[in-house]
Amino acid sequence: MNIVVCIKQTPDSAAKITVEGGQVAWGDAPLVVNPWDEFAVEEALRTKEKHGGKVTAVCMGAETAKEALKTVLAMGCDEAILVTDPALKGCDSLGTARVLAGAIRKAGEVDAVFFGRQAIDSDTGMTAGQVARLLGWPALTYVAAIAEWKPAEKAVSVQRMTDEGRQVVESSLPAVISVVKEINEPRYPSFMGIRKASKTTIPLWSLADIGVAADQVGEKGARVGWAEMYAPPARKVVCEMIKGETPEETAAALVDRLIAEKVI
Amino acid sequence: MDFALTAEHEMVRRTVREFAQGELAPLIKEADRRQEPPEETLPRMAAQGLLGICLPARYGGQGLDYLALGLACEELEAVDTSLRVVMSVHVGLNSLGLLQWASEAQKQAFLVPQARGERIAAFGLTEPGAGSDAAAILSSARREGEEYILNGEKIWMSLATRAHHVLWFARTDPRAADPHDGLSAFLVETDRPGVTRGDLHGKLGVRAGSTGWVHLEEVRVPAANRIGQEGEGFAIAMSCLDNGRYTVAAGAAGLLRAALELSVKYALQRRTFGKEIARHQLIQEKIARMAQQYEIARLLYLRAGWMKNQGLRNTRETSLAKWTATEAAFEAAHQALQIHGAYGYSDEFEAERLLRNARGATIYEGTSEIHTLLQAGYALGYRSDRPLRCELPAHQPGM
Amino acid sequence: MGKEIWVYIDQFKGKALSASWESVAAAKTLAGPLGGSVVALALGPGAQALAVEAFHFGADAAMWGDDATLADFRPEAYGLTVAKLAKEKVPQLVIIPASTRGRDLAAMVSAELGCGAAADATGLEVKDGTLRITRPVYAGKLFSVVTFTGGETNIISLRPRSFPMPEADAGKSGSPSQVQSAVAEGDLKSKVTGYVASEAGVSLTDAKIIVSGGRGVANNPAITPPAEITDEKQKEVWKAQQGFALIRELAGVLKAAVGASRAAVDAGYIPYSNQVGQTGKVVSPDLYIACAISGAIQHQAGMRTSKNILAINKDPEAPIFGLARFGVVSDMHKFVPALTAELKKRLGR
Repeated sequence: MNIVVCIKQTPDSAAKITVEGGQVAWGDAPLVVNPWDEFAVEEALRTKEKHGGKVTAVCMGAETAKEALKTVLAMGCDEAILVTDPALKGCDSLGTARVLAGAIRKAGEVDAVFFGRQAIDSDTGMTAGQVARLLGWPALTYVAAIAEWKPAEKAVSVQRMTDEGRQVVESSLPAVISVVKEINEPRYPSFMGIRKASKTTIPLWSLADIGVAADQVGEKGARVGWAEMYAPPARKVVCEMIKGETPEETAAALVDRLIAEKVI
Repeated sequence: MDFALTAEHEMVRRTVREFAQGELAPLIKEADRRQEPPEETLPRMAAQGLLGICLPARYGGQGLDYLALGLACEELEAVDTSLRVVMSVHVGLNSLGLLQWASEAQKQAFLVPQARGERIAAFGLTEPGAGSDAAAILSSARREGEEYILNGEKIWMSLATRAHHVLWFARTDPRAADPHDGLSAFLVETDRPGVTRGDLHGKLGVRAGSTGWVHLEEVRVPAANRIGQEGEGFAIAMSCLDNGRYTVAAGAAGLLRAALELSVKYALQRRTFGKEIARHQLIQEKIARMAQQYEIARLLYLRAGWMKNQGLRNTRETSLAKWTATEAAFEAAHQALQIHGAYGYSDEFEAERLLRNARGATIYEGTSEIHTLLQAGYALGYRSDRPLRCELPAHQPGM
Repeated sequence: MGKEIWVYIDQFKGKALSASWESVAAAKTLAGPLGGSVVALALGPGAQALAVEAFHFGADAAMWGDDATLADFRPEAYGLTVAKLAKEKVPQLVIIPASTRGRDLAAMVSAELGCGAAADATGLEVKDGTLRITRPVYAGKLFSVVTFTGGETNIISLRPRSFPMPEADAGKSGSPSQVQSAVAEGDLKSKVTGYVASEAGVSLTDAKIIVSGGRGVANNPAITPPAEITDEKQKEVWKAQQGFALIRELAGVLKAAVGASRAAVDAGYIPYSNQVGQTGKVVSPDLYIACAISGAIQHQAGMRTSKNILAINKDPEAPIFGLARFGVVSDMHKFVPALTAELKKRLGR
């Protein structure tokens, strides 16, 4: 199977995020592979290991995003492509989807595209669905288990994690699949993989390479504008400590307060 | 000069950090409390390739360099000392000793399975009556045809009950004029008849690690298991220590960093006298000192690793790194506990484990006193290192 | 008269999510300053009844569609149907509850229309005639205010429980109009074949009250595991389960959902589906009761937007108290049963 996995580079999830001069800052915290995407990479690798083929990782971003691609190469992806272009600055979710869809088309006959459920920075969770629609392929989102691949029949059966429980969906291939944490346990990069990845030159694709018009993406193509970014005002909650001689007394005092403040 | 780590080194460091925190850290607290090494540790470390990290790929290793070994040790000991001890013993003291001194046939027979993590390796130098004074070794080996017959007891041996191979030092010539000249090294498989072994309990620290004793009684090993020539045992032991001490130095930098990170986290969170304790200057002094000592420890071990990569003799630099880092790590752990106050004294927080773990490293692989004397000897010109018959090979990328 | 503001009525098995009615109310607040009327759109089984119900919650008009292609929510079928209607009638906004279905629908429709989409909004405001949408980013560590830069139709998904729930008024009604699915079954590439049974209980994301437990639920020195459990880990899990039983009783009285910190999930005390936090579910109930949860930053990311937080912890220095409106310094194993008993008495449950 020919598999593409789309990844994003994001600040580490433990980073302290602040706004400085209207720009997001994360101190000296490292940029990493978006944690949700690690599950997508793992599932892509497992699929390849079982059914053969290759896994190509695609990332849109600045040249620094090569590091994220090297990490997934070290995990075992066969190829990595960075789509980078000055015109990409200011992409909204749909702009990003147009770029990724363009790169996937250029990648040739693809059977499946994996995504993580969302990026931990912009948190929109829409890109996978938008890419699917742009390609005209089914969107299988929030996938918690792949029940069965049927590459010969160009079909797949998955379990989706919805708000109400697990839903079983059968779909034709090619398809776009976004995965949730339950699906697997991502592997760590191997040392051999690290050695290989650090020697790999990652090809850079421009907008022209993927055949996407500059006015469809970046600030020009964005239908969403970022007006402002701010840190939530420090919650000025002064914790009201409820005390009593016994647990029962404390409980009675607490319930009095909860009712008085219309909390329950 | 270039102080930057390569992207490859950064990736190694991040991978070992995530691996150690994700796969090993959850096992530690309970193991430390019960003084029982977790069964999962060695297989997991082997599967990740750690047990052959800096051994050449042609010998079944991962082909990374000596700096990668140091970075891995730093990250492992930031989680728990017992994890770094595995690297010290299996990789530093034993496997790199074989890489340096063993014949090609011995490397194929012993080093390859060790590098792949299929065989666990330990190091048998210390005896009940011979610690810093290695020339006092009583273990004996007498030749009979194509075999040696070994007798003796080693103690304080890490992985004693886990190891398949022990690099064993024994006296082959009891009449040598200088007792240093009468020692030889042997690779002893622990499934040979006459090998008995056991664990030691009641250690102050590194309680999640395996430490024990091995006793040999009339154990026959083929002459082909002798590493190096007869009488080269002391030189081999000392070059093994150059590698073991390097891993201890790098690990101590990791423990120091853990003490610093723990202290920073707690100092920013805990409030006394109406402010977070990080605002108190006496706390700041402790934090500043830890940050300073961490940088010193780190730079010293990275220099030693760089020298190993170049194939330069580094006995002096490695000794300095080990001495400095282990003393600083103990002091940092002590101050981390102080910053935590009474909470630090309880095993709810990690400070007390760091303190207990840090203490041993100022004793093993050369006491601080031995390193003080070594450094004085170098500075005064009493001491210099002569070339060895076999030097540790420089790192060769792609091999 | 401005163009219409549509609200997609998200439903499961014929029952609308509360977030659908919250969205209707939010749309009403925009209809004043932006102009236009609020039109509800329900699709799938029971859509007609839901469209009628939408009037009770304040919709000015309503549409419904139901045929075999819409029997289950499928992003393609629903997305293309909404997009086709939007192309014909050109509403200024399509507001969608940000459930898992809603997020997929927003993605589909925006890609199909090539329009702007703002996901998971927690605030809406019209300033100088411009709609400003506030949405949490970086797991709630920051808020981003976004605007649409043009386009005739744009899409917003609204985070459940972030907007007030309107009162239903059965006196308000109207007749909804019927719409057709835009797709034929043969064109669809996926099929929902069933559901896998999962644990019952109030869903975390929809709950008004959540009672959560942390690693400390296992620390009850007063209880001893049965003698047949010899493994230390199993003993710990057994103790934790007794602790979570106390939490479930409290949740039962409050009709609340049960949550957990990552530490409790990682320790194997409770399934991952209960996890609240950065790598679990992000919730914002009216009341979040944190029992024996210290309040690690990753946990805070999942619950800090709760309207009220009650912290029960025996460590008075636990960071959770810095976030809480009410705090009780106590061992949860002693306090939670007392609280459950008191609530039973006072709420008559």
